[in-house]
Amino acid sequence: MSKIFQKLYGYFDERFKLQGLIDFSKHKKVPEHEYSFWYYFGGISLFLAGIQVATGILLLLYYTPSIESAHESVQFIMSSVKFGWLIRSVHSWTANILIGILFVHMFSTFFLKAYRKPRELTWMTGVLLLVLFMAFGFSGYLLPWNELSYFATRVGTDVAGSLPLIGQWLKTVILGGPSVSQATLSRFFWFHVALLPLAAFCVIAIHVILVQTLGMSVPIKIKDKKHKEISFFPDFIYKDALGWTLILFLIGVVCVFLPWEVGKKADPFAPTPLGIKPEWYFTFMFTTLKLVPGHVLFIEGEQLVILAILVGGCVWLLAPYLDRKAARDKPGPLFTWIGIFLLLYIVVFTILTYAVPRIGQ
Amino acid sequence: MTKRILLLAALTGLVLLPAGVLAQKNSCLECHKGLDAELKAPAVAFANDVHQEFGIACKDCHGGNPAQDDADKAKDRTFRGAPKRAAVPELCASCHGDAAYMRRFNPSLRVDQLSQYATSKHGQLLKKGDAKVAVCTDCHGVHGIQTAKYPKSSTFPWNIPQTCARCHSDANYMKPYGIPTDQMAQYKESVHAAALFDKKDMSAPTCNSCHGNHGAMPPEVKSIGSVCRQCHPSTGDLFSKGPHKKAFDDMGLSECEACHGNHKIVRPSTAMLGTAEGSVCLQCHDKGSKGYAAAGELRTMLDAFESRVAANEAVLELAEKKGVEVSDPVYKLKDVNTVLVSAKNLVHGLSIPDIKKKLAEGDPTLAEVEKAGQNALDEAKFRRKGLIIATVFLALFGVALFFKIRSMRKGPAAD
Amino acid sequence: MDRRRFIDIFAGGSFAATLAAFLYPVIRYVLPPKQAEAVQKRVAAAKAGELAPNSAKVFKFGSTPAVLINTPEGKLVALSAVCTHLTCTVTYETSTGTLYCPCHNGRFDMAGHVISGPPPKPLEVYDVEVQGGDIYVAKKG
Repeated sequence: MSKIFQKLYGYFDERFKLQGLIDFSKHKKVPEHEYSFWYYFGGISLFLAGIQVATGILLLLYYTPSIESAHESVQFIMSSVKFGWLIRSVHSWTANILIGILFVHMFSTFFLKAYRKPRELTWMTGVLLLVLFMAFGFSGYLLPWNELSYFATRVGTDVAGSLPLIGQWLKTVILGGPSVSQATLSRFFWFHVALLPLAAFCVIAIHVILVQTLGMSVPIKIKDKKHKEISFFPDFIYKDALGWTLILFLIGVVCVFLPWEVGKKADPFAPTPLGIKPEWYFTFMFTTLKLVPGHVLFIEGEQLVILAILVGGCVWLLAPYLDRKAARDKPGPLFTWIGIFLLLYIVVFTILTYAVPRIGQ
Repeated sequence: MTKRILLLAALTGLVLLPAGVLAQKNSCLECHKGLDAELKAPAVAFANDVHQEFGIACKDCHGGNPAQDDADKAKDRTFRGAPKRAAVPELCASCHGDAAYMRRFNPSLRVDQLSQYATSKHGQLLKKGDAKVAVCTDCHGVHGIQTAKYPKSSTFPWNIPQTCARCHSDANYMKPYGIPTDQMAQYKESVHAAALFDKKDMSAPTCNSCHGNHGAMPPEVKSIGSVCRQCHPSTGDLFSKGPHKKAFDDMGLSECEACHGNHKIVRPSTAMLGTAEGSVCLQCHDKGSKGYAAAGELRTMLDAFESRVAANEAVLELAEKKGVEVSDPVYKLKDVNTVLVSAKNLVHGLSIPDIKKKLAEGDPTLAEVEKAGQNALDEAKFRRKGLIIATVFLALFGVALFFKIRSMRKGPAAD
Repeated sequence: MDRRRFIDIFAGGSFAATLAAFLYPVIRYVLPPKQAEAVQKRVAAAKAGELAPNSAKVFKFGSTPAVLINTPEGKLVALSAVCTHLTCTVTYETSTGTLYCPCHNGRFDMAGHVISGPPPKPLEVYDVEVQGGDIYVAKKG
């Protein structure tokens, strides 16, 4: 058996010059210490993104992006296509799990200050990836064209429309017109299967190359202590694989016992159902907008929140440059507290959306 | 020159002043708005009155001079004050019965309300001198009158039961008349009330649909069937062609009411049929009679079909709970329900072969649904089996990885 | 065979089995299902000439009943046959040239408008096209 394997390897090595790659990965070391558990979340994110690409490509086989047939095609996949229920449920569940894991990955790298020099670009591409994947979620959510997705999209784009100056223009560009229509469905489909995958692929490539080139960051606290190192290939890969196996099992369980629902077909003329809200990862912003008073001093409440989110986002993005202490490998509680504050804000406001459904009314 | 301007101004003023006064001045409203509770209420309510929209005001019913501020002077020779109850119908009809007059405002409104009223029980009793009965203002209101198309109007379909019940459910008030006062309570439990109040189906019958509004009178026994046939023609047709029609006519029984009641008409169930206690058939058909046997057969047929439908519903619900997509068979089952409704309708024709044929129409669809339901349950089982198999493989792989990792830790990897 | 080798074979084997368990659903998914398409947007309701003037045929359109009518003037009209009052199936009444719902006396004209009775909304009208000896009915637009 291994003889055949060696012969095959020899054939491809002669033509692709694989040995250099193998040597590099054999020499690559990953530190092992009390915080190295958090290292796995990047790989898990990549694995889940891979699942999304695979299941997404499969869904493309039967889904049609037209308001006449989108909902029906999803119902067809769920009821008539063999294992369609599985492919579609995996895709919908993994989307949510992936974004959750991305938040964990982002916050763990933040608290471990992995963004400090020379890994600033890794951090910034990472933040960009979170935004891209939330855009994936937003565009993908409309595609089944059911009641929830139609109104969640309406509510979401209304928020974009309230941005000062560019709001209305931006909303029209996103929607492909003045309101949610066929143009919107075609456009969101294009975002979801063409534009965003291309952008995400490029940014992921940069992100992964940076990680491979620079290796894993070690937290400032234990930086100077001596710690074990394991080789990336095959040791770390095996540990990665164990995590992925566990995640696969969880996804399988949740898809068999809680398959994703088809929902009621969207009816643009029906009144907005009560308690409509966007997907959970947008709810912290959504609830903030609902709670803010109509006017704060001279500025409109909604606009203030959007401004705060944009400014906050910029601070978050530029943390590697703003956190001067971390740049010098010195512990700096300020940014840790900023991170704790942001995490608490997101968690509390997300929970609030579901615990107090009629909030702000 | 100035003289000319002055003359022009005076003439304009002379013309405009009375016009302005006439257009705006309604001393009745102005004065009454400043009085207390009972005398203030009409002035306040009149703002929402349909008459006011057409420029008809206090003096058109009450007389008087609205241009006069002084109360005594306003109540001049033409002043009628509040009309007596017995005089109200004639007062309203003085305009509403005049076709030429009403044409100026709403040409499609009927103008025969007074003559209809004369035929009603209320009208007849009023003629005899009973002022307790309903007159126009009791149902339409007095000063805030709105059309029956306005949802807050006392004559809007879903407000009518309450309007009638104000008197007809008041046991004390109705004592001298010796008629029951539970109609509203009974109606509220009916399927018609559910359609009207819960489903907001404005076509559902309320009191005036069967009793008439101005010519209100309970329908005679012989005519109840005709009244119901207004909305249930196919049922009525079947009944007329069936064996019960002659029997009911000979016995002087009211056609629909005998089995379905009048006010508390509930959704008919198969429990009404058959030979068990509570069935309406037992009212006439004794044990051993042909009718008794037929009743039993009908009940058995319909029950069998209904329980088959119910069994399918249960299977599909279970499949859905287990996560299988069953919207197609659920929809098909609704089709079967239409067959059941048709069959229940056919019961009125009492032709067992016809009913058998109708029920048989639902058989192919039921068979399809049964198959789909069973497939769905099988699918649920298959998914769980598949999960177990995949989990076993994943677990084995996980265990293998675990050992691999442990062996890596122990020493350098030996390939 | 030593321990390491055993673990390797075990890992490789279980990996292969897991991979197969994942590939099986994917392959079954890709193979076309029995009902080829999700939505039947266009249905062959009848053969050309099947309906005499002033007659109608109820047929299945998607998952709901629809009615194809040949009017007395010879025009082909197709509408949804689901009464908008309480979803009974309407029938074509030849004596009046209207669609009649026997449940509560609802009546519709050939354009789907409510003529009388309790139905609150008109019936949906479909497009009719005669092609190659068949009469096709499709949703408008």
